[in-house]
Amino acid sequence: MDFLNALVMLTNFVIIPASVYGAQLALGALAITLIYSILRFSNFAHGDSMAFGTVVTIGVTALFQSWGLHLGPLPTALIALPFGVIATALLMIGTDIAVYRFYRVKRAAPIVFVMASMGVMFVMNGVVRFLAGTKDISFDDGVRFVIKAAEFKKWSGLDQPLALRSTSLITLVVAVAVVAWLFWFLGKTRTGKSMRAFSDNEDLALLSGIAPNRVVMVTWAIVALLTTTAGVLYGLDKAYSPFTYFQLLLPTFAAAIVGGLGSPLGAIAGGFVVAFSEVVVTYVWKQVAAYLLPAALEPTSLMQIMSTEYKVAVSFAILVVVLLFKPTGLFKGQSV
Amino acid sequence: MKKILLASAATAIMAGAVSAEDIKMGVILGFTGPIESLTPDMAAGAELAMSEVSASGKLLGGTTITPVRKDSTCVDAAAATAAAEELIAEGVKGIFGADCSGVTGAILSNVAVPNGMVMVSPSATSPGLSTVEDNGLFFRTAPSDARQGVVMADLLKEQGVTSVAVTYINSDYGKGLADSFQAAFEAIGGSVTISAAHDVGKGDYSAEVAALAAAGGERLVVAGYVDQGGGDIVRASLDAGAFELFHFPDGMIGDALPATFGAEIDGSFGQAPGSDNPGYQTFVDLAGSAFNGQGTYAAESYDGAALMLLAMQAAGSTDPNVYKDFIEGVANAPGEPIMPGELGKALEILASGGDVDLIGATGVELVNGGEAAGSYRVVTFEGGEMKTAGYR
Repeated sequence: MDFLNALVMLTNFVIIPASVYGAQLALGALAITLIYSILRFSNFAHGDSMAFGTVVTIGVTALFQSWGLHLGPLPTALIALPFGVIATALLMIGTDIAVYRFYRVKRAAPIVFVMASMGVMFVMNGVVRFLAGTKDISFDDGVRFVIKAAEFKKWSGLDQPLALRSTSLITLVVAVAVVAWLFWFLGKTRTGKSMRAFSDNEDLALLSGIAPNRVVMVTWAIVALLTTTAGVLYGLDKAYSPFTYFQLLLPTFAAAIVGGLGSPLGAIAGGFVVAFSEVVVTYVWKQVAAYLLPAALEPTSLMQIMSTEYKVAVSFAILVVVLLFKPTGLFKGQSV
Repeated sequence: MKKILLASAATAIMAGAVSAEDIKMGVILGFTGPIESLTPDMAAGAELAMSEVSASGKLLGGTTITPVRKDSTCVDAAAATAAAEELIAEGVKGIFGADCSGVTGAILSNVAVPNGMVMVSPSATSPGLSTVEDNGLFFRTAPSDARQGVVMADLLKEQGVTSVAVTYINSDYGKGLADSFQAAFEAIGGSVTISAAHDVGKGDYSAEVAALAAAGGERLVVAGYVDQGGGDIVRASLDAGAFELFHFPDGMIGDALPATFGAEIDGSFGQAPGSDNPGYQTFVDLAGSAFNGQGTYAAESYDGAALMLLAMQAAGSTDPNVYKDFIEGVANAPGEPIMPGELGKALEILASGGDVDLIGATGVELVNGGEAAGSYRVVTFEGGEMKTAGYR
């Protein structure tokens, strides 16, 4: 019984929240890694493109709601999501034509791209605030829970509750579907293969007749899909707020670098590594230990490695450790 | 500019003409800055007491008061100190203010104490100001958050709660309140399993809630703001089944709380400054349409200015170093109770050697070396609504 209690407690407070957060980070990190390997720069406007896609989705969701359109127990935002993706893709391709293409033709150094993306970040930041304001917006209108804490307690007779929110489940399912599709696309389709060729060696790819502008456009479209999905899932699961999305830039980059920049598999692993370390390092292990250890060994302290206000520092610390000891990341990406 | 010059010239001439029976009082509040929307009503409240006294003609044989406004900025200690030094140069007999705890502390130690000037703040609540070296010159008509910590601890104890988890917003307010509560609760035999800070504006509070839940406790004390952070922690705790009962200090008490959580927080308690003092309504009526008497800390401002003036009368002197010892006397029992609008009567009683007890707009009682004891409204949540359970 004690063992079950410990297991339920860990699942409820560590495994579920960290997996959901990890899935959201992984989608974001995939987008970063794609841009890095194909367009060859670190896109600082990432958090704000997430916010843009989410804002458009929120707008379309509101429109659908006013028409009385809904998905039953699922949030309406899921049918609005494709429109958010299309709008974001158009914005990103537009940005590419207006800003990045100029530097790409000149074969500018990557740092020039990074600085340009920073400018794009500030502009998008303003656009997003202009569209939806600076306040938190909650747009989840589906059924809130799959498993309710109180009901689980009654059903199982355990001391510890277990809750599973619908948005957590949706996040995991959608993330798995998107990642599976992406791997199939990159591995099996002609366009996916040409993207990988362009990433491996730009000159040889051009020589073999791959149209560079097409590769770039498809890349932006996929990035729009990933960022908007990540943003909408995060917003459904928590709440949308432009500042929070802006701040997601750091853990997302940490995830991409930890996994190895340029490696899609690494981006996914990195997302979960960062999410789990943030929760595990700041978790209070006292109660779990009390369940698992014999009474004589029960800890008197909280058994907390770091207090929760230093949560953000965890992604910094992981970043520094990886860059010092394994600059290519866990999955042999490019060294930065 | 021309008008200001003319006006100040005119003031100078007038001041010269009636110098024997006209005194200046500084009113230093954050007219610009983060609380600029609150300060006009606060200043108006203080100036209402001053004009009431001037109009009665009974202060020290007909002395009148001219308020001098200065900007404390609320956040910039250097600017506030410079503004307060200007007040000293203009020869004020007392400083009403400042507003925010940080600048109030700066003015007190840099200007008021070196110059022997009395300061009465209507709104600085930081517990740190209770222990600062003030030579008996500093008073406040707002209660210290240390007091709220004690009220909260007593309330929980009476309900038979022995262990709680505390989460607080990462700011002077949250930290001060959490610390004072923990000290008070442990002093009466309670235990705090964990006291963890949270930041505002984060999307995700699952790590915070996980730590709080694992540390455990019968209730979760949320010393934060309902719109940011604190509300999110409550949401996440309810969702994960981490806590069912909460205790909410003043930052969480607002209409948004029952509106957001409805019946989910039934059985929880909280408290916020508030009183059932009859003088409050009198003060609001007195303010009438001239300013908003219900404005935050406007009532405390009226009482603060009134205390200084009544103390001058009791001391028979406008010298800050003399009348500072009389402020507590006029604020507390025994004595004839004085309501807002009765300052003239109070001055008369004091002139004839009697004693007064200013009830004022907030029922002010000074304790612990010159800060308001403060009265709190205890609220409870039943059927998705916030109900007043009493005052203490």
